[in-house]
Amino acid sequence: MGDAAPSAETPLVLVGREGRRRVVLAADHAAKAAGLHAGTPATKAQALVPGLVILDAEPAVDAEALERLAVWALKHYSPIVAADPPDGIVIDATGVAHLHGGEEAMQNHLLHRLSGSGFLATAAMADTWSAAHALARYAARPSIVMSAGKSVEAMAQLPLASLRLPAEMAAELRRLGFKSVQDLLDQPRAPLILRFGPELGRRLDQATGTVRELIERVQPPELIETKQVFAEPIGAPETIAKYVGKLVAKLCQELEEHALGARRLDLLCHRVDNRTEVVRVGTATPVRDVKRLTRLLTDKIETIDPGFGIEIMTLAAAIAEPLEPKQRVSSLVQEAEADVSSLVDVLANRVGERRIYRLEPVASDVPERSVKRVALLAPKSENDWPDHWPRPARLLPHPEQIETMALLPDHPPVWFTWRGVRRRVSRTDGPERVYGEWWKADPELEAVRDYFQVEDESGERYWIYRAGDGEDPATGSHKWFLHGIYG
Amino acid sequence: MSITSATSTAIGGLRERIRRIEGHGSLRKAVLPFGISEIDRRLPGGGLALGALHEVAGGGNGAIDGAAAALFAAGIAARTKGQVLWCVGRPDLFAPALAQAGLKPGRVIYMEAGDEKTALACLEESLRHGGLGAAIAEISKLTMTASRRLQLAAETAGTIGLIVRRWRRQTEAADFGQPTAAVTRWRVSVLPSAPLPVPGVGRARWHLELLRCRAGDSADFYVEACDAKGRIALPADLADGSGAAEDGRRSAVR
Repeated sequence: MGDAAPSAETPLVLVGREGRRRVVLAADHAAKAAGLHAGTPATKAQALVPGLVILDAEPAVDAEALERLAVWALKHYSPIVAADPPDGIVIDATGVAHLHGGEEAMQNHLLHRLSGSGFLATAAMADTWSAAHALARYAARPSIVMSAGKSVEAMAQLPLASLRLPAEMAAELRRLGFKSVQDLLDQPRAPLILRFGPELGRRLDQATGTVRELIERVQPPELIETKQVFAEPIGAPETIAKYVGKLVAKLCQELEEHALGARRLDLLCHRVDNRTEVVRVGTATPVRDVKRLTRLLTDKIETIDPGFGIEIMTLAAAIAEPLEPKQRVSSLVQEAEADVSSLVDVLANRVGERRIYRLEPVASDVPERSVKRVALLAPKSENDWPDHWPRPARLLPHPEQIETMALLPDHPPVWFTWRGVRRRVSRTDGPERVYGEWWKADPELEAVRDYFQVEDESGERYWIYRAGDGEDPATGSHKWFLHGIYG
Repeated sequence: MSITSATSTAIGGLRERIRRIEGHGSLRKAVLPFGISEIDRRLPGGGLALGALHEVAGGGNGAIDGAAAALFAAGIAARTKGQVLWCVGRPDLFAPALAQAGLKPGRVIYMEAGDEKTALACLEESLRHGGLGAAIAEISKLTMTASRRLQLAAETAGTIGLIVRRWRRQTEAADFGQPTAAVTRWRVSVLPSAPLPVPGVGRARWHLELLRCRAGDSADFYVEACDAKGRIALPADLADGSGAAEDGRRSAVR
């Protein structure tokens, strides 16, 4: 709605028709706090909460928006994503979580991005779609990651409604005294199914993972994709590699027609037993080079488990960006720097995009804050760290406390003990005073560190500091710490 | 023609044949000199071979922290052209120090491989690519097979490969005695810094040991640590012949 949208504090509900009544279908936080929930008649809601904003529900538009969100997730998180109407999306994170720094990091990143664009979301990661669906809605605050094999246990505690049963069936079960999923799991299956039909059995099996649920992935209309169907299922790595090559060639041709280059490629191998093995590779810049893309994909063949054979292979360019041919001017004087982007792509796909980076100077005197990770493609800054003082080659992740003996409180120590070894200091240089950055955190207003470079009798050089200026206790604890090792 | 010169031509011919069998073409000839004749004349070709694998470790506590070894490697990488890939082992490398050894932040691509197997595979990939100036990895265990793969990759593409050996414990540092296919093997130990006329810490000094050198002899030198361009130097008071030999050798495990 743009600027016309009511503020977040205003209670808001969406109403729609249920039979012949107008009822609340969805309520926001403020409205829920005022006691409204899905199912309240619209007139009653209006009477209960003064100043309530009522809008008509538009399920078709919502579904479309959900689909768009799923496409966004497909581009950024995983090759298999589907909208899970009415209010969720399901992401198959198998084999892609490590590219985002692990399952927890991936989930936090996702939630962070969503909340940044104004969505209030919860997320759960579990062994099965059913468990993740239930945990996201009933247990995630706002996110939860179940380790493998723990999902059923966690789900058993949840209320019946988490099983995605038809409303009447859930009401019926509640009337019979079943409260949680565990209650149902404890019951003999046959009478339950006799009474409620096969749907209940199927949902229970999906929850425990006995029956696999297929995720029908979203297909954005502009997605460029090629497909190969095999008459005989294939399984040998060489055969897979051969067909990957063919698919890439076809895809590149299609990309060329649209003047696009692939930034992210998904290879989906549909196996005969109805599972899908996925491989996702990314590139730092748009690429349309058959050889390079084939190389990236074939590197990952060992992660594909062909099982009893692969019958369909699909290759899709999940993210494609414009790639126009560029004319390169040759220069007589300057030797062009070799292009390492192909190497970077190979490495990034092997270890994950976040674990390959550049370090850039930050204007901060605090050593641990003076370095910032930037993406490889970020424009290179010409800045350098100030060269006033020598810096240690190794900076300990956490400064370690040392025992020292100094002649005067504001002198460098004459000896210190670090990791159980006592060292006599023969030469020192300093202090280099580092002031706290009060604009970052209040306690740093007066904080001071005095750094000294000390050399022991055998020539080993260390970077130590005293927390505080040696006089005023407000500036620090006056304890000594070892922070770095010089080479 | 005297007998001696006939023998030397024969030996020269044989050497040439061996070189051809080993398959090292013209790439082997490219070297990166240190710019110090004392060191360069000990190395075949007059410098550190490009397109080859070199090992560096720290002596004493340096075997664990690897600080001096990292700076020595950074100094070498700084004098090459092009991007440098640095495979980080433990997250304690401090980039400002590398910049002070000549390796500016815009030139280095850092990578966290997670485990050593991946690190070796990535290093091999980088060496084989050929577009990098140097590829550096911090590794503790290096087998003959792994190092031979790296050496071959470096030879084919002409990129210099540097391995900073770094261990968790002093006892593991004995691993440095095991043979590898690296062309040279260095040990860098810290020495008391250059004396200053005033209180303070002067330019760092290293005891640089060339423990192994293919087609060359081992040697050791006293040098001053890398300057802002990545060059090491001979200390002024030792420039007229280093007294290395008399001092007795240090070992990694002190």
